[in-house]
Amino acid sequence: MGKSSTLNLGAGTFVLLGFAALAFLTTQTTVHGPHLGRPGSVYVVTAKFDNIGDLKVGAPVSMAGVEVGRVSHIDLDPKQYKAVVTMQLDSKFNEIPSDSDASIFTQGLLGGKFIGLTAGGSDSYLKNHDQIDFTQSAIIIENLIGQLVSSFTNKGSDSSGSSGAPPPAAPSTKPEKSK
Amino acid sequence: MIGELGRSLVGALEGLGDVSLFLLRLIANTPRALLRFDLIGRQIFNSGALSLVIIMLSGLFVGMVLGLQGYQLLQRFGSEEALGVAAAVGLLRELSPVITALLFAGRAGTALASEIGLMRATDQLSAMEMMAVDPIRHVVVPRFLGGVIAMPILAAIFSVIGLYGAQLVGVQLMGVDSGSFWSQMQAAVELRDINQGLVKSAIFGIACSLIAVYQGYYAAPTAEGVGLATTRTVVTSAVVVLFLDYLLTSAFL
Repeated sequence: MGKSSTLNLGAGTFVLLGFAALAFLTTQTTVHGPHLGRPGSVYVVTAKFDNIGDLKVGAPVSMAGVEVGRVSHIDLDPKQYKAVVTMQLDSKFNEIPSDSDASIFTQGLLGGKFIGLTAGGSDSYLKNHDQIDFTQSAIIIENLIGQLVSSFTNKGSDSSGSSGAPPPAAPSTKPEKSK
Repeated sequence: MIGELGRSLVGALEGLGDVSLFLLRLIANTPRALLRFDLIGRQIFNSGALSLVIIMLSGLFVGMVLGLQGYQLLQRFGSEEALGVAAAVGLLRELSPVITALLFAGRAGTALASEIGLMRATDQLSAMEMMAVDPIRHVVVPRFLGGVIAMPILAAIFSVIGLYGAQLVGVQLMGVDSGSFWSQMQAAVELRDINQGLVKSAIFGIACSLIAVYQGYYAAPTAEGVGLATTRTVVTSAVVVLFLDYLLTSAFL
């Protein structure tokens, strides 16, 4: 019996240690959005973007750098060909002006995309199932480089020839991007 | 020549079929064996708790090497803060299930095979059959189940120790910021990564334990036969684990 009980103790300790390790792995090495998917504590808003780049479901939504929610769903508007991004915002932050601006930013140089909200000046606040009207698309680095290259090559040909035609080509895409 | 090739192919197929039928026999006996939990507990202790030291030591060193190599590589891109992500994803998805399985085959698999092989060689199994005690149910299945249960636990412990090994080298020695080490890891690691490692180690546990008890049970009843069974256990387990790892990884991606 004495031998058997130390044996049981050893096996029990071993299994307990395993569960402790699992608990550590599931809680300490990963965060599943603290308020993602718990109805009641979140409210849902949507926003339409021309281009979301590589924004993923689960990406953070932040305001002034503070995480206020997560992207819960991404879909395509079949008529306007725009990306419809559904976000779950923590109901703790329920006083976000309804004319706020949603932009897609990149974390660091090569990091993932996230949505940044900039407060507007309206007195009314965003409610469940509202839509954010003012959006700014993701900046696609390839397009940016393409524009840069084409503006350089245009400049090169400008210096030798006329300067009339090429410049409008490059700036014409910029106002679209900024609004 | 062709006949020889064909014969060895048929032999391999026969072996595979034999192992599969043996697995079915084990599974058929599992519900009854589960009632004798004391037998299984003893085997969890033998295969699991006694492998703990080697698993923890290896985990520490693997994590430390990961920290060192990862740091050298990431430093070139100025993103050494991503060390936590690299270490965690590498450990959870690949290193801890595979290395745990290889160590398990070496530490616990050989012990199982030689124990059962010696029981066969010293006619203990025949004696049980004479007494109408099914050796599959009372000897083989508890050892098999003990191994299957122990493997995911060992892999989880390996992951945790490995992470602290990487943290030890990366943060304490190389000066990566501790906060970004953990927070970047938490942002990048998903529950899916942990599940993937768990499923892998569970399947490796079944494979390694099955090979060990099969080789032991069908060992030639001589000293040489037991030695051969032990060797075969390690070699077969290693190849099967690496092969299954490729299959499982491609299935998960």
